[in-house]
Amino acid sequence: MPIAYIPRTQELYSSYTPYRWVVNETVPWTPLKKPLSSCKLALIASGGILYRDQPRFHGDDTSYRRIPKNAQASDLNIWHFGYPTAAAQADPNCVFPLERLRELEAAGLIGELSDPAFSFMGGIYSSRRVREELAPKIIEELKEARVDAFYLVPA
Amino acid sequence: MTSALDITQAVKPPRSVFLNFPLGHQTGKPHQPELQRQIVRDALSCFETIRRPGEIVELPYVWDPNDRTWEERDYTRGFMPRRPTPAEADASEAERRRRYS
Repeated sequence: MPIAYIPRTQELYSSYTPYRWVVNETVPWTPLKKPLSSCKLALIASGGILYRDQPRFHGDDTSYRRIPKNAQASDLNIWHFGYPTAAAQADPNCVFPLERLRELEAAGLIGELSDPAFSFMGGIYSSRRVREELAPKIIEELKEARVDAFYLVPA
Repeated sequence: MTSALDITQAVKPPRSVFLNFPLGHQTGKPHQPELQRQIVRDALSCFETIRRPGEIVELPYVWDPNDRTWEERDYTRGFMPRRPTPAEADASEAERRRRYS
C-alpha cells in the first residue's frame, strides 16, 4: 500500500500549525505540440540540490539555484531538512537525474536538455509563497529559454 | 514525478508518474544507473502517452522484493537522521567555498 502522506505528515508535524494542503479542482493542460525527440526539456527538482559553492537553503526559502547542465555528480550537494538525503548525497541522480537526462539527450530521446537545470528546497511551509514568489521566477526562466516541457522531480 | 500518491491526487498536475519508493529516491536507487535510466525514460514517455489531464501513471518497479512492509515504517516519527547543527552547516559551506574559490 502506498504511504498516505497527508495523514502521516499531520502526525509527524502535529506540534505545528496544521498544514493547509493544496487541493485543486481543475487540471491545467497544454498539449505537447511536437514529439519529445524535438522538444527542449528542462529539469526542475525540489530536493535542495546545490552546485559547487552555491549557498545552502534556509527554512521557508523560496530562492532557487541554477545548476549547469554539464555539472558532474561531484559538483553537487544536497541541502534539505524534510527527507533523508544520504542516498542523494551518495548519488544525486536519485532525486536529480541530470546524468540520465544527458544520456537520453545524447540518445535522441529528447531534443535538447535545457541549460541550466533548476533546484529549490521544497520544504516551504506556505504554498502561497511558492505560487507567488518561487514559481513565477522559474516560469520566467523557462520562457526565456524557450523550453517546450519541464520534468519536475520532488524528493 | 511523484512518490506521494495522495498529495498528487489532491494537487492534480497535468501529467504524473508515480514510483512507490521512499522519499529521496524519486528517480531511483543510488549507483544503479540502469534502473534510474529506465525510470526517467518511462516518465518522459508519458509526455507522449498521457492524453487525459490529471492522469497518474504507476511505474512497476518494486523498492525491495524482500521487504513488503517498508511503507509501514518509512516517514514515521524518528525516520529523519539528525540534522546538522547550524555550526556544522556553516563549516561545510565554508569548505565548499574554499574548494571552489
